[in-house]
Amino acid sequence: MIDIEKREEFDIEIDKTVGKPFIDDAKFSTRNVDVFYDDKQAIFDANIDIGKNQIIAMIGPSGCGKSTFLRCLNRMNDTIQGCHISGDIKLDNEDIYHKHQDPVLLRARVGMVFQKPNPFPKSIYDNVAYGAKLHGLASNKIELDELVEKSLIRAGLFKEVKDSLHKPGTGLSGGQQQRLCIARTIAIDPEVILMDEPTSALDPIATAVIEELMIDLSKKYTIAIVTHSMQQAARVSQRTAYFHMGHLVEVNDTNTVFTNPEHQLTENYITGRFG
Amino acid sequence: MNKNTTEIIKLKLAKRYAKEKRFKLYGISAIAVSIAFLLSLLINISVTGLPAFQQTYINIEVDIDSKLLKLDSQYSEQELFRANYSKVVKQSLKAMFPGVKGRKQKRALRQLVSKSAIYQLRDFVIDNPSVIDTKQSLWFLARDDVDVFMKGGIDRSLPESDRRLKDFQLVWVDKLLSENRLEKRFNVSFFTEDDSREPEQAGIKGAMIGSLLTMLVTMLLSFPIGVSTAIYLEEFAPKNNKWVDLIEININNLAAVPSIVFGLLGLAVFIGLFGVPRSVPLIGGLVLTLMTLPTIIITSRAALKAVPPSIREAALALGASRVQTTFHHVVPAAMPGILTGTIIGMAQALGETAPLLMIGMVAFIADVPQGITDPSTVLPVQIYLWSDSPERAFTERTSAAIMVLLGFLIVMNFLAVIMRKKFEKKW
Ligand SMILES: Nc1ncnc2c1ncn2[C@@H]1O[C@H](COP(=O)(O)OP(=O)(O)OP(=O)(O)O)[C@@H](O)[C@H]1O
Ligand SMILES: [Mg+2]
Repeated sequence: MIDIEKREEFDIEIDKTVGKPFIDDAKFSTRNVDVFYDDKQAIFDANIDIGKNQIIAMIGPSGCGKSTFLRCLNRMNDTIQGCHISGDIKLDNEDIYHKHQDPVLLRARVGMVFQKPNPFPKSIYDNVAYGAKLHGLASNKIELDELVEKSLIRAGLFKEVKDSLHKPGTGLSGGQQQRLCIARTIAIDPEVILMDEPTSALDPIATAVIEELMIDLSKKYTIAIVTHSMQQAARVSQRTAYFHMGHLVEVNDTNTVFTNPEHQLTENYITGRFG
Repeated sequence: MNKNTTEIIKLKLAKRYAKEKRFKLYGISAIAVSIAFLLSLLINISVTGLPAFQQTYINIEVDIDSKLLKLDSQYSEQELFRANYSKVVKQSLKAMFPGVKGRKQKRALRQLVSKSAIYQLRDFVIDNPSVIDTKQSLWFLARDDVDVFMKGGIDRSLPESDRRLKDFQLVWVDKLLSENRLEKRFNVSFFTEDDSREPEQAGIKGAMIGSLLTMLVTMLLSFPIGVSTAIYLEEFAPKNNKWVDLIEININNLAAVPSIVFGLLGLAVFIGLFGVPRSVPLIGGLVLTLMTLPTIIITSRAALKAVPPSIREAALALGASRVQTTFHHVVPAAMPGILTGTIIGMAQALGETAPLLMIGMVAFIADVPQGITDPSTVLPVQIYLWSDSPERAFTERTSAAIMVLLGFLIVMNFLAVIMRKKFEKKW
């Protein structure tokens, strides 16, 4: 059954990204981005702008390259053996892959929350404080304590851990770990936050906290979120990008994507005929 | 589940459990056999070695006569040092056994006490000059034959010619025993004396200090070099680079090189080329470093590799540089493994003999080394040296030294466990 459907999918042309991939006030803009893992191409010619102080949702079936694309934006793919990237990616009109661009500085500006929670094997406090200490964001212990507390409160974790700040972060539950990772990321106050399925391990209440946080953060920050929940995309994002087998099929206002998709593949996906 | 499927699984289940049981049995019997071997080894060593921790002392009424010492009423320090203490000891013994006649018996009488008695008396008199011209009751080390007798190593029922103590000597010993003048005490001098030709005086202090200094050199060199090599190769070296691959292959091969080859290498390079003196802890440490490095590098790399990549990603994504990522997160997480590897390597080095024979650490050395450039020997080599001597007291000491060496190894392993625990707590 699925095979037949897939074959149908192949027949549908993915020529150029449809919708409105480009906007005026872009924080990130990518042009002709191809990503390869060794010989295997994972992203084909991605062209998209990511708007300032906006949330963009990236949706698409598993394995279509959402994480790969996201990881291009803070050059995390640099660390993967055999991964290479071509094309232009600009942050505030500066090429982030330019040879003078410092990936360390870039990653401080573009924070990331990973698909799988990855707290450091250190205390909860140290997890959150680490980035701030690294970049000298707090001048004394009191400031650091405040920063840690504030970040944990915003990530909706503080109540649960306020008595065990010096217990290991790895001892938390999966969902708590994910919120710890979010707290850790917002503690360094990045301009852009990339979130790879940040709520996939969370219950509805914690999810609501994170979604509120994202909406709140988007007043000041730019956020790109990968999600498998279309409701979530609809709830939080202003724009939505649909990926399909490495191709960026459609980018448009979230409303338009969900009510009136332009591309057949997008429609199939959001109506549940695929994926 | 389909009923049929359940039946099939049930049928196989009995077989699977039987297999599991069998495997468990193999495991347990293997462990039992190795424990039996270990126990028999330990018991054997303890039975031979334990007596060495006791030593027989002999009590003598010493008449510290200034005439016998050949001291005038006025004497210099040097004269006091050179005075004829041996005569005093001899005369005191004679006084205790008045009936002794003949050269042979007189010599035998002298040989009840260790040669060290003379030096012991000298030191005693120099420290307390007021004892001159008084009688003192002093305890001296007994000769090894007496010691062996006291530990039950001489059988009275044997014919006289087959015994190390003759009939007349046994009479003396019996007399001393009845007067409570023979006593077995804890053998302090085994730990405070150096090697000696006289078995009753031989101790392992020199070898212990030698081992300690050698280990210090080995540790100071091999830990930083080995761990930084491992960190570089694992975290920073370009992957799929043919030079890096070549280095890797070589390190792995070095781990399999027989240790005596490192001794030859040390002889040729460190001694031959760079003129490092022989027989000293420095050269021993250098050679053992060569031998330990592959172990440390390989185990450290395995420990680093076991750190999940997600930890590195987490740090990098927060804007840590690669060096920061490595030293703030990866190395601490790998520390328990690195330390275990290092201690295993050091324990290997501590027990190593063969390469040290090549660089002259096998010489008889009767002085405690004061530094890493003083001639010295090490525990395993001391064991090797003593095991060559036929005297019963040396056989004892061989086993006792093995026990000390094993004790050090156990302590080191214990340390490894403690350090692991300590570093793991930080998580
Ligand atoms: N490190 C890697 N090495 C090789 N191939 C990879 C690597 N990471 C991802 N890929 C491949 O790239 C393609 C895209 O993967 P990616 O992880 O970006 O998918 P995704 O859209 O995030 O999927 P999911 O929703 O399941 O997280 C997949 O076919 C995957 O097999
Ligand atoms: Mg993904």
